[in-house]
Amino acid sequence: MSALERAEIQRLREGSPWTGLWAVVAKEMADHLTSARMRILELLILLTAGGTVYVAMQQIRASIGSDRFIYLKLFTLSQDPLPSLIGFLGFLVPLIAIALGFDAVNGEFNRKTLSRILAQPIYRDALLSGKFLAGLFTLALVFSAIWLLIFGMGLIGLGVAPNSEEVGRLLWFLLATIFYGGIWLVLAQMFSVVFRQPATAALAAIATWLFFTVFWNILASLLAQSLRPIQYGFLQEALAQAELELALTRISPNTLYAEIAIALLNPTVRSLGFVLPFQLEGAILGTPLPLHQSVLLIWPHLTGLIAATILLFALAYVLFQRQEIRA
Amino acid sequence: MSEVIVTKDLTKKYGDFVAVDHLNLIVHKGEVFGLLGPNGAGKTTTILMILGLTEPTSGSIRVLGFDPTRQPLTVKAHVGYLPDQVGFYDELTAYENLIYIAKLNGLPREEADRRIESALQKVNLVEMRDKAVSTFSRGMRQRLGVAEILIKQPQIIIMDEPTQGLDPEGAREFLEIIRTLRAEGITILLSSHLLHQVQAVCDRVGLFHRGKMMLVGTVDELGRKVLGKAFRIYVETPNTTPEIIEALKQVPEAVNVRALNTTTIEVEATSDIRHEVAKTLITAGGQLRGLSMEAQSLDEIYAQYFQEVEHVRA
Repeated sequence: MSALERAEIQRLREGSPWTGLWAVVAKEMADHLTSARMRILELLILLTAGGTVYVAMQQIRASIGSDRFIYLKLFTLSQDPLPSLIGFLGFLVPLIAIALGFDAVNGEFNRKTLSRILAQPIYRDALLSGKFLAGLFTLALVFSAIWLLIFGMGLIGLGVAPNSEEVGRLLWFLLATIFYGGIWLVLAQMFSVVFRQPATAALAAIATWLFFTVFWNILASLLAQSLRPIQYGFLQEALAQAELELALTRISPNTLYAEIAIALLNPTVRSLGFVLPFQLEGAILGTPLPLHQSVLLIWPHLTGLIAATILLFALAYVLFQRQEIRA
Repeated sequence: MSEVIVTKDLTKKYGDFVAVDHLNLIVHKGEVFGLLGPNGAGKTTTILMILGLTEPTSGSIRVLGFDPTRQPLTVKAHVGYLPDQVGFYDELTAYENLIYIAKLNGLPREEADRRIESALQKVNLVEMRDKAVSTFSRGMRQRLGVAEILIKQPQIIIMDEPTQGLDPEGAREFLEIIRTLRAEGITILLSSHLLHQVQAVCDRVGLFHRGKMMLVGTVDELGRKVLGKAFRIYVETPNTTPEIIEALKQVPEAVNVRALNTTTIEVEATSDIRHEVAKTLITAGGQLRGLSMEAQSLDEIYAQYFQEVEHVRA
């Protein structure tokens, strides 16, 4: 058989890679939603959501009537010692997502169920995609529930219905939160393919998260300083350095998510980069942007989050397809 | 079609290491075929290639006429696989574990329920249907593994070390299940190094060594090939004399004659020569008190074969 013939034959694959996908999704979701792990996380997020929203409501009551977007304030207001809800979400979302994914593949391997499952008439694709989709649906379900809960608390506590602008912004923010979780979910799943021990995979995922949360900003600033040094003290030099630093920090999903949160939840934010005074000519400062303008502002961020999720999934997919399933 | 599994020059390399080396294996419909060999001889790799779970480096495989690398779904729909370490989702019940497999096989709910009931009955686990698998013993898990295979009503079942780690009672029950399956016309390929169990259920065996299948045949055939003798006859006589032993050695097809003690003589032969032995003994003036024969055990064939192989290598 010539190489060409072989390639021709290999391209033709019998049946669909989606065979069995929904069976995997259903089983995995049922596992997620009934696991003790998930209960603990739900309790944790319920406590933080309840706590921060309650605190935010106390503050809003003091200044009611002065703000058009009080439901957005429920997410952003904080009072020492408690950070705001978006502050909490910044690290709770990765935590939940990693918890859902870190033992996806190596767990099957260690329980000796992997070879038995793959001996069924399905492709490996179905198993990995099914596990990812089940995790993503679980995240979507949990966050949607939290969002509705916050709306409910707001209705009871504030006695004001949210306006359509607020609902729209919070729905976009929900979407961004789910995909922010998606990145960490797929990262954890990728590590679960690479490492045989679930604990190692979890640690690797948490280490990555910690790296982006704590060290990446420092590193980005160092890199910017050395790559675009300020030699003569010109404005252009300072600007170039600051822009490089900003571009570098945006590699981190944490930065992307934080900027999305700022743009969506503070309608008055008009730019996420640098604005020079002459660019603000004619602008009425302090006036809110309409929703579609804010969405335009975060569009690159959102697509960036989704693209990173897809890229990481592709990587996990390739690694999993090539893996030998025997010990 | 009588040949259900055919491999031609099947080879699998991991880097420089050749796990399976130009394997030519034929398994016929309805037979129980045993793959024998030490650990690392390539048995599991062969099984994974037959299932399409590992790609061969070269060579071809046909399972029921299909190619496992190109038509894996068809092959996996008709072949049941029991891995050497069969694992289940411990927190789920036996039924939940089985229904998941049924769904992966695309069975509608009612059909799945029917097959699960009948499978659990066959492996004698009906009363454990709604118990969590974490409470199961190793033998029960193994039987649940068989139930899982039966759900897809396979034509071929492949088992990797099915009786390893089972207690004698569990192993006996399991061999009984294998016999039942065989009676239903299902072809079974099993790998093992527990020889007396292989001998008890297998129609034919293949001896694996370093990725090659060195010998194939029934246990008797292997006995003749490896030991040059397949039968062992015990003669009981009260007066063993060197003359009698000499006379017995003259019997054609007697390979080895020796006195075990003063009353028993052992004759190893290539065929059943009890009649000739008795005649010779009496002609030589001996008294015949008893005559028994046992077939060659696979243990001996195996030990002898690998001793020779190691000897040649050294």
